Amino acid sequence: MRLVVALSAAVLLASALIYTSFSAASPALSPTQLLRQAQPGRSYQVTGTVVHGSVRHEGNGLDFSVTDRAGGGTAIPIAYTGTVPDPFREGREVIVTVQKQGGRYVGERDSLITKCPSKYKTAPAGEKQNY
Amino acid sequence: MADLGRICLPLALLVCVYGIGASIYGARTGRIEFSDSGRRSVYALAIVLTVAFGVLELAFLRNDFAFNTVADTSSRTTPTFYRAAAVWSSQEGSLLLWAWLLSLWSSLALFLVRRRMRDVAAYATAILLGFGAFFISLMIFYASPFSTTSPAPAEGVGLDPLLRFPTMMIHPPMLYSGYTLCTIPLAFGMGALLARRVDADWIKAIRRFAFAAWLFLGIGILLGARWSYSELGWGGYWGWDAVENASLMPWLTGTAFLHSLMIQEKRGMLKVWNVSLVLATGTLAIMGTFLVRSGILNSIHAFGGATLGVPFVALIGVLIAGSIYLVVSRRDMLRSQHRLDSLLSREAIFLGNNIVLVALCFVIFWGTYFPLISEAFTGTEASVGPPWFDRYTVPLALLLVLLSGIGPVIAWRRATLANARRNFAVPLLSALATLIVLLAAGVAHKAFAIAMFCCAAFVLGSISQEFFRGTRARRAMAGEALPVALVALVRRNRRRYGGYVVHLGIAVLFVGVAASSSFQHAVEQRLPVGGSTHVGKYTVRYVRPTATITPKNDAVHTGSTLNIGAVLDVSKGGRHVATLSPSEGFYDSGEPAQGTVGHLIGGQAVSHISMSAGVTRDVWTAIAPDISTPALQRIVSIGNRTLPADEGVVALGVLAREYLKHPPAAQFHFIVSPLVMWIWIGGLIVLGGGLIAIWPAPSAVRRRVAMRSRARTARGLARA
Amino acid sequence: MEILIAIIAGVLLAVVFVVISAPLRAARDVEDGDVGASTESEQALQAAATGRGYERAELEAARETKYREIRDAELDLRTGKLSREDYDAIDSGLRAEALELLDRLEALEPLEQKPSGESLTPGKANPELEA
Repeated sequence: MRLVVALSAAVLLASALIYTSFSAASPALSPTQLLRQAQPGRSYQVTGTVVHGSVRHEGNGLDFSVTDRAGGGTAIPIAYTGTVPDPFREGREVIVTVQKQGGRYVGERDSLITKCPSKYKTAPAGEKQNY
Repeated sequence: MADLGRICLPLALLVCVYGIGASIYGARTGRIEFSDSGRRSVYALAIVLTVAFGVLELAFLRNDFAFNTVADTSSRTTPTFYRAAAVWSSQEGSLLLWAWLLSLWSSLALFLVRRRMRDVAAYATAILLGFGAFFISLMIFYASPFSTTSPAPAEGVGLDPLLRFPTMMIHPPMLYSGYTLCTIPLAFGMGALLARRVDADWIKAIRRFAFAAWLFLGIGILLGARWSYSELGWGGYWGWDAVENASLMPWLTGTAFLHSLMIQEKRGMLKVWNVSLVLATGTLAIMGTFLVRSGILNSIHAFGGATLGVPFVALIGVLIAGSIYLVVSRRDMLRSQHRLDSLLSREAIFLGNNIVLVALCFVIFWGTYFPLISEAFTGTEASVGPPWFDRYTVPLALLLVLLSGIGPVIAWRRATLANARRNFAVPLLSALATLIVLLAAGVAHKAFAIAMFCCAAFVLGSISQEFFRGTRARRAMAGEALPVALVALVRRNRRRYGGYVVHLGIAVLFVGVAASSSFQHAVEQRLPVGGSTHVGKYTVRYVRPTATITPKNDAVHTGSTLNIGAVLDVSKGGRHVATLSPSEGFYDSGEPAQGTVGHLIGGQAVSHISMSAGVTRDVWTAIAPDISTPALQRIVSIGNRTLPADEGVVALGVLAREYLKHPPAAQFHFIVSPLVMWIWIGGLIVLGGGLIAIWPAPSAVRRRVAMRSRARTARGLARA
Repeated sequence: MEILIAIIAGVLLAVVFVVISAPLRAARDVEDGDVGASTESEQALQAAATGRGYERAELEAARETKYREIRDAELDLRTGKLSREDYDAIDSGLRAEALELLDRLEALEPLEQKPSGESLTPGKANPELEA
């Protein structure tokens, strides 16, 4: 009897967990996908490369543009406020959570992650690894 | 020199293969010489890998850039201290470190049980060598630390400046020790199932191993949190990053195991549960290693390429399938011998603790691997952020702390209800008093923090009561002075009182976490020289800029070429509190394409934070100076055009002087967090308590106790 | 340099071989009738490896645990977690289980001297230890 109670409680908790995770999650999109799919008011995780020459300090925030990691595609301007990680610079891969507001993409506070330049290379010698 | 390393790896693999064969043969035929030979293979493996590691370490220290690894992660300008640590900053080096630590810890564990549990130990040896073979094969076929380029490049890329912090030396080896130590209980668990021998002797041995794993993993996690907080320019100690979570999960299951093992010891229950826990801990440790190596999840620590992912998934698949098969096929010998006497017993509380810990682990597991799960189900990769994690882990953490306060008050086996009710008085009063004080202080809106403080007060009350009563009982028995009685009490009941100390440490740690997250003040502001801003009750003023140039081979600093910072004055209510000097270090990128001067500061910039740590609060400051103003950029471009290749440093001097003369406004990040120091203090208390709990009593004492008990045992029964 | 590496590699190989093969060579020596100091330790090894050795280790571990439980129950009484009646019931139960373990242990040992130096003479409570 006790086992049944315990298991049902566990199943209930797990279902609550699973449900909220799907609704609270932000899908990861590339800038091209974002342009196509973004709906205002929903959060999305954009993964892209910071465009050279696009970084500007605006008051307490940061403006920059990202393009697809694979290169090409349209650049998306993002207005971001919050912590800027050390590795952040032009040409680096970043992940930032944004919401579409009007025509702009506003970055969620403190959501900017910059990927550490890959220190682990498994390619054989002679092959250049993209940093 | 690389040749020696290249010989060591296949030799190590051969030793592993032989050891696996000899151990299994010895276990199945009962011929001890083969089991012993298998055990000694582990020792031999440790010797060979030590030589291999030594070769690699030497290469780094000697700047032997023929080694690809050295060329990729070190340079002549990297200070010696960091060159030595750079060994494990690369994929190949960290694989070697993992294998080496595995061989060392396995040797120690097997040496300690060399006379007992021979068949269990033999199977365990085979499994541990299997792990060794896996990692060595990865090195031989995928990522060799000993691959070379000829001719050797003149200079290396250099260690990523983000890693040039002292904790870099300790955190990975400690964490890897934790991970590798988790495989030892797994091996002994599987060994026991294979040998069909899950019993009291096995419990004694595996408890030690599980505790060592718990200890080192805990230290590794704490160090990582501390590194993140006090050395990275982020200002936090835990971000629910995938890699952080990966190390926490085996620690949680390991903690659960240490508790539920006691239930199995006393009541012969929960055998299936315990075996599953120990197998899960080892598997989670391998999964943690996999997460860090394979870059399969987006993470700040996204190391590694996808090439390693496939072998790891295969290994994890084998582990999970093997575990399930073993547990299911041996389930008759894992049947419980007894049931719980009563729900009001310490055993029941331990069970509750286990449930909460496993629930925590499941939540974290779900959130961490969610991108993969959602991709499997919906096709899009989506991830959950810290708010989602907090929502579920905070209530569970509250429950955990509360349970650790209830446990000490309840007796083993079957507590007397009336006594228990009485014993709750003091802890409840402490919690109530804390609640009243906090409400009076006007912080009612921070519900979770208040709840945690009250739970911690509850724990403090119940544990203090235990120490007090125990000491009083001891004095009544032996008439000793107070301090002597206290020490004797702890010495004679290490497991109990050591455990109490651990729980006290956890409560303290969570108080620190609650306070520093709920009552934190953070400000991001652009300030000119002389400007100031308010952070909570503190005022921070930008006094003046700093700029230093560090010569190329400066080992005191981290090898930065230029350091731009600020002197800040921190005051509270008009009174001076601290003077802090955060700075940003610029590093050589090693790319001549950026220009003679440009490359000197074109590398990874690293924030050197400055912090005033105090018992009640930490004041944390970081600066991101602006060197992209037209005036400063002009200096760089003029230097690029006019200076010869190796005299770029001159321009840096001009740059520094110009910055000091006309400093532009800089971006600052200030954080005032209360009670952060108590997180580290709590962690130390936990570790100290753990050591007390596991410390073996000297054998003379044990013999005396045993003999006396024999006599008294007989007498006690005669009386009854 | 090459010679140095070759020498080190050779030494390493030799060390590995010696370490791994030691038990195998010792076993072969015993089989060849090489009687000496190795015989006794060999016997002890064999004895420990037998089922009886396992059972002894198992019973000893269980006994230690049982003693610890008895002491824990007493401490629970003294720190006010158990009433007198509950303690007496639990205590006599534990002591009965402990005596059963001791009986089984004594049934195991013939004339061997236990390595720890302890020799429990069955049935006799040592008067010096009355405390």
